[in-house]
Amino acid sequence: MLSSTADHLYWMARHFERAENTARMLDVTHRMMLLPDSKTEPDLAWAAPWAVPLVTTGLASAFYELYKEPSTHNVLEFLVTRSDNPSSISGSLQAARENARSVRGAITSEMWESINATWLEFKYINPDQLESGKIGDLFDRVKLRSHLFRGVTVGTSLHDEAYHFIRLGTFLERADNTARILDVKYHILLPSVQDVGGAQDYYQWGALLRSVSAFEAYRKIYRDVIQPRKVAELLILRMDMPRSLHACMDEIHNILNLLPPSAQGAEVRRKAGELHARLHYGRIEDIITSGLHEYLTDFVEQIGLLGQDVNRSFFSHDA
Amino acid sequence: MPSEMVKPAAHDEMRRADGGIFPAYTHYAQWLDAIAPETLKQRHLEAELLFARLGITFAVYGDESGVERSIPFDVIPRILSAQSWKKIEAGCIQRIRALNAFLKDIYFDQEILKAGIIPRQQVVGNAMFRPEMIGIPVPGDIYAHVAGIDVVKVDEDTFYVLEDNLRTPSGVSYMLENRRMMMRLFPELFGRIPIAPVDHYPDLLVEGLRAVSPRETTNPMVVLLTPGAYNSAYFEHAFLAQQMGIELVEGRDLFVKDEKVYMRTTEGPQRVDVIYRRIDDDFIDPLAFRPDSILGVPGILSAVRAGHVTLANAIGTGVADDKSTYVYVPEMIRFYLGEQPILSNVPTYRLSLPDDLAYVLANLPELVVKEVQGSGGYGMLIGPTASSKELSDFRERIKANPDNYIAQPTLSLSTCPTLVESGVAPRHVDLRPYIVSGKEVRIAPGGLTRVALKEGSLVVNSSQGGGTKDTWVLER
Repeated sequence: MLSSTADHLYWMARHFERAENTARMLDVTHRMMLLPDSKTEPDLAWAAPWAVPLVTTGLASAFYELYKEPSTHNVLEFLVTRSDNPSSISGSLQAARENARSVRGAITSEMWESINATWLEFKYINPDQLESGKIGDLFDRVKLRSHLFRGVTVGTSLHDEAYHFIRLGTFLERADNTARILDVKYHILLPSVQDVGGAQDYYQWGALLRSVSAFEAYRKIYRDVIQPRKVAELLILRMDMPRSLHACMDEIHNILNLLPPSAQGAEVRRKAGELHARLHYGRIEDIITSGLHEYLTDFVEQIGLLGQDVNRSFFSHDA
Repeated sequence: MPSEMVKPAAHDEMRRADGGIFPAYTHYAQWLDAIAPETLKQRHLEAELLFARLGITFAVYGDESGVERSIPFDVIPRILSAQSWKKIEAGCIQRIRALNAFLKDIYFDQEILKAGIIPRQQVVGNAMFRPEMIGIPVPGDIYAHVAGIDVVKVDEDTFYVLEDNLRTPSGVSYMLENRRMMMRLFPELFGRIPIAPVDHYPDLLVEGLRAVSPRETTNPMVVLLTPGAYNSAYFEHAFLAQQMGIELVEGRDLFVKDEKVYMRTTEGPQRVDVIYRRIDDDFIDPLAFRPDSILGVPGILSAVRAGHVTLANAIGTGVADDKSTYVYVPEMIRFYLGEQPILSNVPTYRLSLPDDLAYVLANLPELVVKEVQGSGGYGMLIGPTASSKELSDFRERIKANPDNYIAQPTLSLSTCPTLVESGVAPRHVDLRPYIVSGKEVRIAPGGLTRVALKEGSLVVNSSQGGGTKDTWVLER
């Protein structure tokens, strides 16, 4: 298939997945704000509830160039409606749709209709509505649209190369996001893993699990109270947890083996294999002993490098 | 009202002057009478929503605000009798055969020039004539693989050809989407009226394109070359590529090596045989034509000249659809085919001739004046509806460069019932059938009917506020 088509398909999927993850992240913050005396760590200014999503997405400096305060309104405007922020929900959906539009011959009509309808729906969100009680509905709708698009993709497109590039985009983006969410939340909730949280923390951990649709899975697997160590294990190492790092790398590893062999592709495959092996054979005790934050930061960096390699190997426009 | 103010009424395709209904519309008129106007308006809204959701849009040049718009769609179809269609079809096929013969001739032996039927200067002095193509054979001697011929109706059985479009005619996706929309909105009508299907157009097209592959191969690689997502007709490019199951490529996806064209794929370079290109000659090859073009493929002309790739349409077809060449098409039909033209030309004044120029300047308010190489309804004057300022501006422009214009009498285009604010009212229409030349010349029954939505307006171009209708050709 055309390199440029593969490029657009991959980014279409990444942007759509990013919109979903941003919605998830904001949703959990929103829910935490609804808890009684939601706390702010006095010595952590960046941990003010609405500043957290800015840190997670790595957009804090871009935000402070435009706004003074991480108020509810400002953060929501920045991460939901601002179209000049390419990582906001509407910015991501716009980018996803633009990519789809460039290759609409390469995706099924149903996929195109789904992505175009999503774009139309979120194109005109009135920023004034953001603080009303409806904001939770908006996040739900973004998630729903994303589920729908994924389902339409799986259900209507040929499982060919185009499909593999779409899935590759989805899982790279998801791996990056899960690592970021876990890292930032862990850091705020429990600067030291040995700390024991109070009742308040229970809700916080619950909200974190819900943000990645893992609350029910946690209950089912551990049948236990929520323990930070187990949360980390679930979201990093469990292969059967669809948003865990291990599950994402599993997919990425498999997809890369389905793509046509090429000289440059070999390096991408090697890197992905190495990352995958670390998750496959890793133990949570070792990760925590050597530092969870360090582990996650490194993972985010490796995923970034892998993304660059994918770019170079498959989408480069040089003959 | 003084009687001289009353214009003779235009021919309406549904209703006779005496109020009777033409046979082609019998069933439809009964149905239309029985349906509540609110229901029609409801369906119209439904259609608009569907078009927006499907992303069936075009871009308007020079409009900063909206990047994309839906083209206005009218829910009332335009119906042509089997007999009318037979004539249009035969006339269009005849015309395309003559035009392809003409193109072959002027790039080889130039017999028609030697015979003095067309002045040499008219052809070789034309900016669209490409000396680079002289003596370069093209597969099947076909130059205009895809053509759109604009036809208007002025009374019950008189049709005129307004112009030929042989470069990169657009609009066929609307023909297909309008039909799908009508089947979705009014399924009951399709059971009742014998409407000829048009869905097979992409098959005609891809078959025609495969037939002109320069390589003897069972599976030639055919691609569609688009200027990109910001082109006004991008939706159509993507739609056609998808319907034909061929790759949609941009200039940067292709490259030329050893006079062969390749596309860049995830598995390395892949040879391309036929390019259905929707980029004008000027932009197709920065090495041969406009050096500032970033849309084209450097060196593609060399691949064409070496016979390693087929461009559809061929480079240099523009010389045959120029409005000053148009006047010679009836002569071409006689010269190459030895036949009488089935469809007539509109009488046309060539402003390069002093007598014609004097007449046109004296009678400007009654005439339509067009730029010789204009398209899309831009740069056109409609005398009867123009303001006195527009008239005097245009008079100056004509005087400054008379060769650049032709003029025609204002035709009283036929009207069709159309849904407007106030209900159902007659509006002027034209028709663009699409003709595909491959192994043989083929045409999908109907084409794109464009309608001028403003009352009394004769300009049907979408860029100028026109809309479209589904075109129904009756099978019997």
